[in-house]
Amino acid sequence: MLKDFIKKVKSGEIKLHKHIKKVIDKCKLIDKEFSYFNLICEKEAIEQAKEIERKIKEGKPGKLSGLIISVKDNICVKDVESTAGSRILKGYKPLFDATVIEKLRKEDAIIIGKTSCDAFGFGSFNTNVGIGFSIPKHPFDKERVTGGSSGGSAGLTAIADFVHVAIAESTGGSIENPASFCGVIGFCPTYGRVSRFGLISYANSLDKIGLMTKKVEDIAPVLKVISGFDEKDGTSLKQEINLKSKISELRIGVIKESLEENIAPEVRKSFLKTIEKLRKKGFVCEEVSLPITFKYGVPTYYLISTSEASTNLSCLSGLRYGQEGDPVGKTFSEYFSEIRTKHFNDESKRRIMLGTFARMAGYRDAFYIRATKIRTKIIKEYKRLFEQYDVLISPTMPIIAPKISEVKKMSPLQNYMIDVLTVGPNLTGMPHATIPIESEKELPIGLMATTDHLNEGVLLQFLKIIEDLQ
Amino acid sequence: MKIDLNLIITISNLSKIRLNQIDIEKYQKDFKEILEAFAILKEVNVRNVKSSFRPIEQKNVLREDITKKSLGQKAALKFTKHKEKGFFVGPKTVE
Repeated sequence: MLKDFIKKVKSGEIKLHKHIKKVIDKCKLIDKEFSYFNLICEKEAIEQAKEIERKIKEGKPGKLSGLIISVKDNICVKDVESTAGSRILKGYKPLFDATVIEKLRKEDAIIIGKTSCDAFGFGSFNTNVGIGFSIPKHPFDKERVTGGSSGGSAGLTAIADFVHVAIAESTGGSIENPASFCGVIGFCPTYGRVSRFGLISYANSLDKIGLMTKKVEDIAPVLKVISGFDEKDGTSLKQEINLKSKISELRIGVIKESLEENIAPEVRKSFLKTIEKLRKKGFVCEEVSLPITFKYGVPTYYLISTSEASTNLSCLSGLRYGQEGDPVGKTFSEYFSEIRTKHFNDESKRRIMLGTFARMAGYRDAFYIRATKIRTKIIKEYKRLFEQYDVLISPTMPIIAPKISEVKKMSPLQNYMIDVLTVGPNLTGMPHATIPIESEKELPIGLMATTDHLNEGVLLQFLKIIEDLQ
Repeated sequence: MKIDLNLIITISNLSKIRLNQIDIEKYQKDFKEILEAFAILKEVNVRNVKSSFRPIEQKNVLREDITKKSLGQKAALKFTKHKEKGFFVGPKTVE
């Protein structure tokens, strides 16, 4: 899909500026119906298309010539409002591109717009949008959620009839969850593989930029462009990415706890059916166990992520950029509190306070530090399994996309527990992906696959096997 | 562990978030539910276990201490209404 499109753009078979105008019109209609965009970059995209056409004429096209990219709103795009879905950053137009955007632009990808997310990525259903933002609707049932926090990315990928790749971000499941609910592929590389420079941080030791596509073959060309060492990110990896893998007999581990949790019957049925299909094709699928991850993963994840968030978001205080008030005659504490109280939504306040508590004197060792030690045990638990297996699989989400009205009745804890299947690979920083599998229901179901650190190639090989089963 | 109203007020003050009485009670209820569930972590033996502050072991990335071009004063002040003589105007720091 993607390669053919780029070929046609380069050959002039697709007139890029005309194509972009059509795509923008479609995006406007989609947005009106489903609220997937926080902003559509109409003017900038048309200008970019003209520039790319000029480069093609000069014989200097980029590797992604004319590819349409949507960008989750927590990633900075120069001179384009970037709010991370929160009112506190309304009006903020970064003075720089995130490294991932810089790399995409260099290869002539076109930024079509900023997609909806839970404010700062704080949510599993994309219902925790900032004050004044709209909740995106599921592409196949408007009463339901897209999943979160990269809900706009997933919904748009599912519904777009034009070639497009979504640049999304995951902290505890924000790529896999919405991609699974909306029936698209969500790919999250190893932590540090893609620079976080220019990403509005939720939790710096967990945040990872990844992507969503409709086809497996569309992942590699974009991933190759966006990955790589970046001196602006202190956690950026130096190892080269290798996306080619031809392991003749993939060893597949089926995570047993993922079927013991409160899994909806239709999800279990679809997942087990896929395992049967794999076995019929000759793959050995053996049951494996991750007891620490499944019993302690969710609290470990929430204590670490909110602790980091509570410090990362302290820079949002009504000074320098974003929403302002009148600081004159007020103390720092009075002014900062006024701005933060007025513009953060409920869930942002809840997570900042939870993280502040977990780091407070008297509680820090029992909560935050303890969680970082349990994280070590979780990483070791995965590493031990990867001595014997190439890929670990489970359903991506325990349920199909719920109704917006059902989510609104859930308590914060019930919300957090929905991440039970996705927090593991996110805490370990291992590459993982979700891919749609056969579903008897009208709503999609996803399978999640995880590989060892740096093994994105093996993950792609496995995704292709699953894609070919359908 | 006791999650009382005073603890919620202390946390909100440290977080620079103001809460009214209804909010305080709402967050007290949420925190009670969340922290009671998270108390399960007490079961885990973490003696002699090192913390993972990152998922992958990485060496500290250091660079030569060379001055590089940074954001200019005009650009830095672009987004604020509150500026004077090339500086940000902020709230007072001393009474």
